[in-house]
Amino acid sequence: MRTVLAAAATNGTARTLTIILFLVFVAATLAITVWASRQTKTATDFYAGGRSFSGFQNGMAIGGDYMSAASFLGIAGMIALFGYDGFLYSIGFLVAWLVALMLVAELLRNSGKYTMADVLAFRMRQRPVRTAAAVSTITVSIFYLLAQMVGAGALVALLLGIREGSTFLGMTAETAKIATIILVGALMIIYVTVGGMKGTTYVQIVKAFLLMGGALLMTVMVLAHYKFNLSALLGDAAAASGKGEQFLGPGLRYGVEVPGDALQTFYNKMDLLSLGIALVLGTAGLPHILIRFYTVPSAKAARKSVLWAIGIIGVFYLFTLALGFGAAALVGSQAITEQDKAGNTAAPQLAQALGTDLLGGEIGGAALLAIIAAVAFATILAVVAGLTLASSSSLAHDLYANVIKGGQATEQQEVRVARIAAFVIGAVSIVLAIFAQNLNVAFLVALAFAVAASGNLPAILYSLFWKRFNTSGALWAIYGGLISAVVLVFFSPVVSGSPSAMFPDHDWQWFPLSNPGIISIPVGFLCGWIGTMLSQEKNTEKYAELEVRALTGAGAH
Amino acid sequence: MTTEAPAVLGEGGQTPITPERYLAVQNSDEFAQLRKALRRFVFPMTVAFFLWYALYVILSAYARGFMTIKVVGNINVALIFGLLQFVSTFLIAWFYSRYAGRTLDPVADRIRSELENGGNGR
Repeated sequence: MRTVLAAAATNGTARTLTIILFLVFVAATLAITVWASRQTKTATDFYAGGRSFSGFQNGMAIGGDYMSAASFLGIAGMIALFGYDGFLYSIGFLVAWLVALMLVAELLRNSGKYTMADVLAFRMRQRPVRTAAAVSTITVSIFYLLAQMVGAGALVALLLGIREGSTFLGMTAETAKIATIILVGALMIIYVTVGGMKGTTYVQIVKAFLLMGGALLMTVMVLAHYKFNLSALLGDAAAASGKGEQFLGPGLRYGVEVPGDALQTFYNKMDLLSLGIALVLGTAGLPHILIRFYTVPSAKAARKSVLWAIGIIGVFYLFTLALGFGAAALVGSQAITEQDKAGNTAAPQLAQALGTDLLGGEIGGAALLAIIAAVAFATILAVVAGLTLASSSSLAHDLYANVIKGGQATEQQEVRVARIAAFVIGAVSIVLAIFAQNLNVAFLVALAFAVAASGNLPAILYSLFWKRFNTSGALWAIYGGLISAVVLVFFSPVVSGSPSAMFPDHDWQWFPLSNPGIISIPVGFLCGWIGTMLSQEKNTEKYAELEVRALTGAGAH
Repeated sequence: MTTEAPAVLGEGGQTPITPERYLAVQNSDEFAQLRKALRRFVFPMTVAFFLWYALYVILSAYARGFMTIKVVGNINVALIFGLLQFVSTFLIAWFYSRYAGRTLDPVADRIRSELENGGNGR
């Protein structure tokens, strides 16, 4: 039996340590949040952290906002179980930042104020476009949020080693999951309502350092174990996987070739291309990422933040390569799938194995496991806080202040509504996550990327670069992309009609791909074009202001 | 700097910029050149990295024999190709920031200060 977490003594030590470290993180972040709340007076403070962060700070915060538990535990686990294909995911997540860097970050910073809709509605009729942008922002954020919260519940049960039938502080695995979802939800509500963008940003910066530190430590240990011979690590991982050289190439997880079923093979490969496109084009349309560009004083600082973000995210994904193959070699897929079929515990299990080997026995193993588990919690908290902030900002600034109040709300009213909105969104997500906790909702992350790429990105790019674009085009792009992505996924095998679906016992599936991007992204761009052509509306003056502002920063907030 | 004497300074040393002045700047040669300089870099570069990434994904889907050729020890084409995507991303980001700093920022700053200090942006 190799490094099974259940080894009772180690588990007890690790669990206590994990909880202590987690409480330290929570205490530290709550202190930061309270401090940040004292600095939060105006609406700009609440929505955009007073635009006072440096490029470096914002770059770290972007990293903290972007690298979710799905990146850390999910990709490491995917590489550990399926080898090379997990790496494909990382590459899409990284390359995507070039779209944000060159086409979106600086122009958005210059022309917008607090939300994505500020740019989309700039030269359009405010109410319909802001409503559409808010609908899309909230949909994307809630999908992403649910995936993170349901994942958090399952993860905590695993990381604390609470399994079916056993209890922890008198709680069964089921109650522990629900308690975790409520705890995560409560903390994210506190971070956002009390600390606003400032508090959330610092939480994300702290998390980015913890995550990078933890991943670096484990990477060095894995490589040291193989005397810094990458080839030896890969060879060992391939041998331990039982799949040989195939493990080091693409095809075990995505684009799987089904012998004798040419059609299914074709669909699988299309699905891989579809996923790849959505990953690359989705990032620059994610509202919680976009609002981060408002937290810096200038477009140059926004550029610098993306450069730092690309650096930190790129290095992190290189680390996950070592973590994933390290877990495959040193823990083994059997031990991993015994803990979690999706492989989410591969990184923590690797931490335990490395600690035991290199830091002196069981205590070392328990210590490193505890550290990595606490880092995973910090990761989840920072991401869900960013998502809650993005959706509550949009509710307050777009729907309340501009649609309902027609731009007549005061700053104080707006911020109060934003705080209430964060509370309501948090509460709704807690309830939804509890209901969804036993459903397979991992696909929601990919769906959030697909919606962002299909609806938000076309609208943003057309807004910034196409003179002719108008209200009708913006509505067509946002709703067309959003609806086509969601409808296709609803009829796809991830929702029904397959054993791993959200509703495995039902079957209304007719769309063969799990990822809608390859259809819905062109649909979004096409809808934006058709909608534009159907309307004669043109606002030359506002477009002049938008373009000059976007490119030069003149008159920027 | 071709800053003209500001007539009236508004709050924070800025005069409000009227729609006419935005239009005038948008139609100026200097701004047209800035727009062209930006698009000349970011559009082709976006197409290039997207095709380069698409090539990588397509090879991962359809050229598995090629991708699993070993180059050094257990390090195969797929791994090198993947790492090259990292290298190209870092390089393009660096190129862009250098280009923006040298070619775009000076023009943008000049237009901005003219506008905010009450000039007509020519």
